[in-house]
Amino acid sequence: MLGDPIELESVTYAYGDGALRREVLRDVALRVAPGEIVILTGPSGSGKTTLLTLVGALRAAQAGSLRVLGQELAGAGEGVRVSLRQRIGFIFQSHNLLGFLTARQNVAMALELDGAIEERARLARAGEMMAAVGLAEHTEKLPGQLSGGQRQRVAVARALVHAPSLVLADEPTAALDRASGGEVVRLLRDLARSRGTAILLVTHDPRILDVADRIVMMEDGRVVSGSAASVLPAGAPAGLAAPGGAPRG
Amino acid sequence: MNALTELRVLPPPGTREAPKPPGLAASTRLAVRLAWRQLRSEKARLASAIAGVMFACMLVFMQLGFRSALFESATTLIGAMRADLFLMSPMTLASFRPEPIPRARVSQALAVEGVAAAAPVYLAQSSFRNPATGTRRTIQLIGFDVEAGVLDLPGLASVREALKQPDSFAFDARSRPEFGPVTAMLAERGAFPVQIGNRDLRVVGTVELGSSFGADGNAVVSEVNFRRVVSARKASLVDLGAIRLRPGADLLATQAALRAILPPDVGVLTQAELRAHERRYWEEATPIGFIFSFGSLMGLIVGMVIVYQVLFSDIAGHLKEYATLKALGYSSGYLGRVVLGAAGILAVLGFVPGTVISSILYGVVADATFLPLNMTVERAAWVLVMIFGMCAAAGLLASRKLRDANPADMF
Repeated sequence: MLGDPIELESVTYAYGDGALRREVLRDVALRVAPGEIVILTGPSGSGKTTLLTLVGALRAAQAGSLRVLGQELAGAGEGVRVSLRQRIGFIFQSHNLLGFLTARQNVAMALELDGAIEERARLARAGEMMAAVGLAEHTEKLPGQLSGGQRQRVAVARALVHAPSLVLADEPTAALDRASGGEVVRLLRDLARSRGTAILLVTHDPRILDVADRIVMMEDGRVVSGSAASVLPAGAPAGLAAPGGAPRG
Repeated sequence: MNALTELRVLPPPGTREAPKPPGLAASTRLAVRLAWRQLRSEKARLASAIAGVMFACMLVFMQLGFRSALFESATTLIGAMRADLFLMSPMTLASFRPEPIPRARVSQALAVEGVAAAAPVYLAQSSFRNPATGTRRTIQLIGFDVEAGVLDLPGLASVREALKQPDSFAFDARSRPEFGPVTAMLAERGAFPVQIGNRDLRVVGTVELGSSFGADGNAVVSEVNFRRVVSARKASLVDLGAIRLRPGADLLATQAALRAILPPDVGVLTQAELRAHERRYWEEATPIGFIFSFGSLMGLIVGMVIVYQVLFSDIAGHLKEYATLKALGYSSGYLGRVVLGAAGILAVLGFVPGTVISSILYGVVADATFLPLNMTVERAAWVLVMIFGMCAAAGLLASRKLRDANPADMF
């Protein structure tokens, strides 16, 4: 690939028009290298979620340059954004699995967009991915029959099954208890590491900051600090997360 | 994570382009499968949707069935005539209220090669006094040349000779019951007099024809007896000319030859044309065709609303899931096909039982009303098209709700 999975230059974004115009991103620059795990954190309203939706091609860009997986998103139409999304893995705050499909069918949904894969291969790959997230026994269960942590692991499998070069996650542990939250994030990290997948993760959760290669702080629509996670002392994550301690809006 | 090792089988991430999308057929198949899996998961909702489509289907079948049966009954008299071509006044709108043509035209037709026989037919509305209660009702009087054998009705052969007697008639046993228990009285006491118009005619037998829009009942009489009842009619005027061709004669060529020699005060129609002429009158010049079309439309609208409701609440209840699919890279067009796929599934699942039940109902109603109701492949095909259209319209309306599934709101 030419360049990094994420290359943002002077990205600015505003909601509303005229007097109601409210800038949520101001001149943001961000790079994420292949295989790198970056946590984006900061207080509510700092613009991190908007940034994530822009990177994920879920929103049309307004100003600045956004290159994601080599695709320039500035001025890109709906069709370009839809096909870029197919190359990204998404993990949401809640699992958002389709309740009427089994866990494995949910995972296979991420593969149905690829015409080169046969149904049999789809289900086989989905099954392998289920095994990789430790749910080999639960492939035929409906999401309603799984625990919260298991569902989020299915969501991780769905985000990774089509071997995306980039995974975007938004508060993946928000709905989980400490143990299963940590498990899901470490699982995500290990899978991504083994395959060189870049991860951009938005979170408030201090318990998971240690999985990151780099932590990027945002405030008022600007990136205020980008530090390598390794320089933080072991006890630091809780303190670092203090500005974002308020519940997420 | 011992399972990690298994991941080696996956292609490595890297410079891959967006995956090649499946072909239209393959992706439509997947969309329909997804739609079916979703429908299947909520049995009660699925059942109510199928019931709605089935109901619409039955309503349309019954309306179209009645419509067709009534138009059919309007042409039973024409269908009962053993004639290839008809002479009729171009001014006649419908045969139950004919404009007369000169009798000479019928004789003139004999000049054309290929014409084997030409006979006049007389039609008039007259009043019939119910022999049991004495009330009078309008009956259609059909006068014909007994010898010419133009008319071919069940039962006619046995009364043909009797009809030659002065002031005799044959009663249509399938007339509406308001004309009185004529058949029963006939069986009980033999021929008896009934007042038709201002004359007493003896009923000498029964034939079977059936009521129609134009006539609640029918009385068949000979040419001479017709003139006796309808005395105001000039002897030189008749209502229809029935022409039979020689075996092997070309229908259209003979029709053209007749047109060529006859003055424009008569039209020459084939039996099919005359039937179509009659149908067109009832369809276009009366509200009957409109009423049944309107009834069908109401059925379709009710069905559409039900299907729309079901599809709409399916989408509204799964907005998050639809938004997730959009985030995974499914286009709005694909999701629209999922909704239309659900609509198509409902159309098929409602149509099949709806058609079976309608066939059974046709039998029940036909037995009760003597109307020629039956299921035809053509009508079933039409209803299938209409039901599909109905469901597609509902699907398109409902899929507008997909716009509310915004993947940017997912975070």
